[in-house]
Amino acid sequence: MSKPKVAVYKFSSCDGCQLSILNLEDELLDLAGAVEIAFFLEATRRVLPGPYDIGLVEGSISTPHEAERIQEIRHQVRFLIALGTCATSGGIQALRNFTQVDDLAVIVYEHPDYLHVLDTSTPISQHVKVDLELWGCPVNKYQVLECVAALLQNRTPYLPTHSVCLDCKRRGTVCVMVANGTLCLGPATRTGCGALCPASGRGCYGCFGPAPGAEYATTAHLLQSKEHYPGEAVHLMRNFAGYAPQFREAVDALVGGSENEPAL
Amino acid sequence: MPEGHLEIGAIVTLEKPEFNRLLVAIQEQGYETLGPTIQDDTIQYNRINGLDDLPRGMTSKQDAGYYRLEYSGHNNYFDVTPGPQSWKGQFFPPRTELLTLYRQNKRDWSAEKTQPNQPPTALIGVRPCELAAIQVQDRVFLRNDLSDPLYLSRRERTFILVANCLHPGGTCFCVSMGTGPRSHSGFDLSLTELNDVFLMEIGSEAGRAILADLPWQPAAAFSLQAAERGFEYAIRHMGRTIPDVERLPEALLNDLENQQYDDVAKRCLSCTNCTQVCPTCFCWDVQEVNNLSGSEVRRERVWDSCFNPMYTYVFGGNTRPNTRSRYRQWITHKLASWYYQFGVSGCVGCGRCITWCPAGIDITAEANALLSEVKA
Repeated sequence: MSKPKVAVYKFSSCDGCQLSILNLEDELLDLAGAVEIAFFLEATRRVLPGPYDIGLVEGSISTPHEAERIQEIRHQVRFLIALGTCATSGGIQALRNFTQVDDLAVIVYEHPDYLHVLDTSTPISQHVKVDLELWGCPVNKYQVLECVAALLQNRTPYLPTHSVCLDCKRRGTVCVMVANGTLCLGPATRTGCGALCPASGRGCYGCFGPAPGAEYATTAHLLQSKEHYPGEAVHLMRNFAGYAPQFREAVDALVGGSENEPAL
Repeated sequence: MPEGHLEIGAIVTLEKPEFNRLLVAIQEQGYETLGPTIQDDTIQYNRINGLDDLPRGMTSKQDAGYYRLEYSGHNNYFDVTPGPQSWKGQFFPPRTELLTLYRQNKRDWSAEKTQPNQPPTALIGVRPCELAAIQVQDRVFLRNDLSDPLYLSRRERTFILVANCLHPGGTCFCVSMGTGPRSHSGFDLSLTELNDVFLMEIGSEAGRAILADLPWQPAAAFSLQAAERGFEYAIRHMGRTIPDVERLPEALLNDLENQQYDDVAKRCLSCTNCTQVCPTCFCWDVQEVNNLSGSEVRRERVWDSCFNPMYTYVFGGNTRPNTRSRYRQWITHKLASWYYQFGVSGCVGCGRCITWCPAGIDITAEANALLSEVKA
């Protein structure tokens, strides 16, 4: 049996998730032995023709060209994995979804008329059928490996969905909210990072997206009651995974309309 | 060395500086000595070698969802109230490798079980509520019909030195749960810290052997009286209380649709923190991690929680699909059905779930509200 062919694609993103794959230093040779890396421009300019068995798609859809290209890729790929929070929720660039993209363009670019962008930055699943979503900014490289291993072994990947709080407690990290009064999205955020930020004394900013079954609105209200400045809770929740529907609705409930909404 | 023979149950005094020699004597018996230290602005259990390692003069201000270390106003070594960490992880670690499976070829597997290799450990300064919690977990993990070999190997090689409580914290309610402020059994040694001496009680032959060679003095009535006064003070200064604990099992289990559950479900984050800091909660998950080629599988046990929505997911659905059902499960298990399952309350009154709940949900307030709503 020939080795399964893997393709890695990039859309609107920072390349961090692709780099996470390349950061699998100890496992990279095993990976290259188990699958055929057929398309991965970040790693090699060698390109093998499709179709591909596994497609890892990094980034969000934020231009008309990308919206077309993801359709082509879907036809090329048997099993499509959305890789990282840009691909699963629109990413940090989805902040534009809460305002007018034209207003931002004139601030940033001297000739905004050269731009060809969509009004919104949206997840891959809004455009094509996605077989599996891997969250994180960037993704956890071991979760990528686990997914590839699971596909090779024809089993369900082990991808827990509990809150970041559980990770903090397992590793003995002191709760930054209770012991320091730091706002933290951990109670509503999906595991995957191993509680990286709280372990460094920072509050979780939710980059792994909403934990399924968590209490998003209750968390938002609690964070608001502990704010150090008005709007802190909204800023925290409307962040890397801010366009994820659960976080979006929680923020909407918090600001109760756009009038008293704090500026981005 | 004083004249006389020490017996189990004897109460003697030890000059405070002699505590260093006590630790050395414990270490000479092969134990690693762990005790309260300051780490990350909280109390955490780490290796201690002497009095200087202890958080002298420190206590903690605790309330629902609030924890700060602060000066106690006196120079005692054992004034700190429990921090986020309990001794649970000593016997039931957050992550344990259970076994590793190796595949030689398509059909043949070999298994390598994890062998217990924990060095003998002495827990120094265990609070009475924490000792009670260890004894609760003993009932969970060490049953007559079934016991956990990894837990047993760690537990049977542990020396326990209790520090009785004289200055309870803001979320403490051991008096309501009948676990403190003083331990009566289950320890090797216990101490009560008076102004200038430690009052030591001998709880086991292992404890007697260690104390016997130290310069102890027979305890005078005055010291015993000072300790009694200290316990009276502690009993009067519990931060929290549940007045009708004995009513809880029947009342809670007969009123599962109490409206208080709807109320708490609006505040609870289902984040799992209460269960993770609880010294008696024992839910776990078993997960398997295999390598890319499938030739090696590691089976691990990790702490899990009844508040993790996926904990109760089974094929076809979730048996506890919302926060209301999860909170109800937790509090009725802790305060009610635990009695029927293990013959004891699942709550020891340490207050950790109150302090470390980011939303500040207070198990005593919820229990009291549930009780008051119960129709007489």
